[in-house]
Amino acid sequence: MPADLRAARRQLLLDSAGIAVSAVGFALVYGLAAREAGFSLVEAVAMSVIGFAGAAQFAAVGYVAQGLPWLPIVVLTLFLNARHLLYSASLAPRLRDVPFLHRAAMAHVLTDEAFALAATHFHRLGHVDIPGYWIAAVVAVFIPWNVATIAGYLLGSAIPDPAAFGLDVVFPAAMAGLAVGLMTGRREIVAAGAGAVIGVLLSLALGPAVGIVAGGLVGPLVGMAVPAPLPATPVSAESPLPLRPSHMGDAVAEVDEDAHARPLPPAPFGRIDVGEALHEAEADADEAEDPR
Amino acid sequence: MNNELVLLAVLMGAVTYPSRALPILAPGIERLPTRALLYLRLVGPAVLASIAAAETLVEGDATSGYRLVFGVEIVGVVLCMAIVAWRKNLFLGLVAGVGLVAVLRLAGIG
Repeated sequence: MPADLRAARRQLLLDSAGIAVSAVGFALVYGLAAREAGFSLVEAVAMSVIGFAGAAQFAAVGYVAQGLPWLPIVVLTLFLNARHLLYSASLAPRLRDVPFLHRAAMAHVLTDEAFALAATHFHRLGHVDIPGYWIAAVVAVFIPWNVATIAGYLLGSAIPDPAAFGLDVVFPAAMAGLAVGLMTGRREIVAAGAGAVIGVLLSLALGPAVGIVAGGLVGPLVGMAVPAPLPATPVSAESPLPLRPSHMGDAVAEVDEDAHARPLPPAPFGRIDVGEALHEAEADADEAEDPR
Repeated sequence: MNNELVLLAVLMGAVTYPSRALPILAPGIERLPTRALLYLRLVGPAVLASIAAAETLVEGDATSGYRLVFGVEIVGVVLCMAIVAWRKNLFLGLVAGVGLVAVLRLAGIG
């Protein structure tokens, strides 16, 4: 295993430890709440395994306890979890080479925490790492969440309130910390700032389920309005300055980002296929050499 | 024991799975225009910041209404962010942030 991959996975495991503690704390409370709401152990665990959506599970427990019909619970779950569309869309370009069934399985465990950990891990590595995704989604979240659901159900009221230990802060702090890890340029910083402001304002007006999704949808648009950074120092072939590999890496990354970020000028004849254009140019050259 | 709520769990899973899976499973996602790929790259920081801010600064529920709060949680979250930016270590940031909030609450602050 390459050294950078080993180091990135070590960092991922370390990051996952904090997330796992948070998952355990809240799943213990969920298990207890489900028992008090009259769920059987099988029902409580089914929610954690099949639904696997923390906020929606807590809401469902509350609504079932109040005797609400199922339809509003299912509709609320749909809205609460709509933000996963953003995570899925954001990861999709990186996962295009993964087999279909593998991606289908990966999707089931895509949560806030799994996305945050995996996106940061991929960003750190510069490429996708499938075992890293499973560490983020299953080792850090799915297993702790489900084991703690069972423990919370069985241990009952012996469970202390996670807020007493400050564990209620783990989730927002982890999300903020992982967002910091993804802020590698002006556009990312502006997108995050706009997402936070929009998220809070619309959460106050319409509730967090709407506010968070709106922040995630509109924040990137604000970030895209920021001009792409230009390379700090123009590098010419005749430059007397020594160009170390680290400088070259930075320069290539900047130019690459610039090229990705800057919209292409409108092509008068649609998209140009470079391979086809080269092939045509070669054919033209052959024809010019051999005019028979 | 009656396990009828398993069906509710299945229904909840059925409405959750498409939002998690559709973009990942949709064919042709790699052929998106450059602007769309840039947008998707910015979704990560935007949505995570949105979650963190809403979780920290907004309190309440649909019945009683939502309100802005400035509690000790902000101090913990900001400390965590600062440590991640400085040391590139989330675990350290979480330990420091959560520890600070726990100590402040123990001292009766917040």
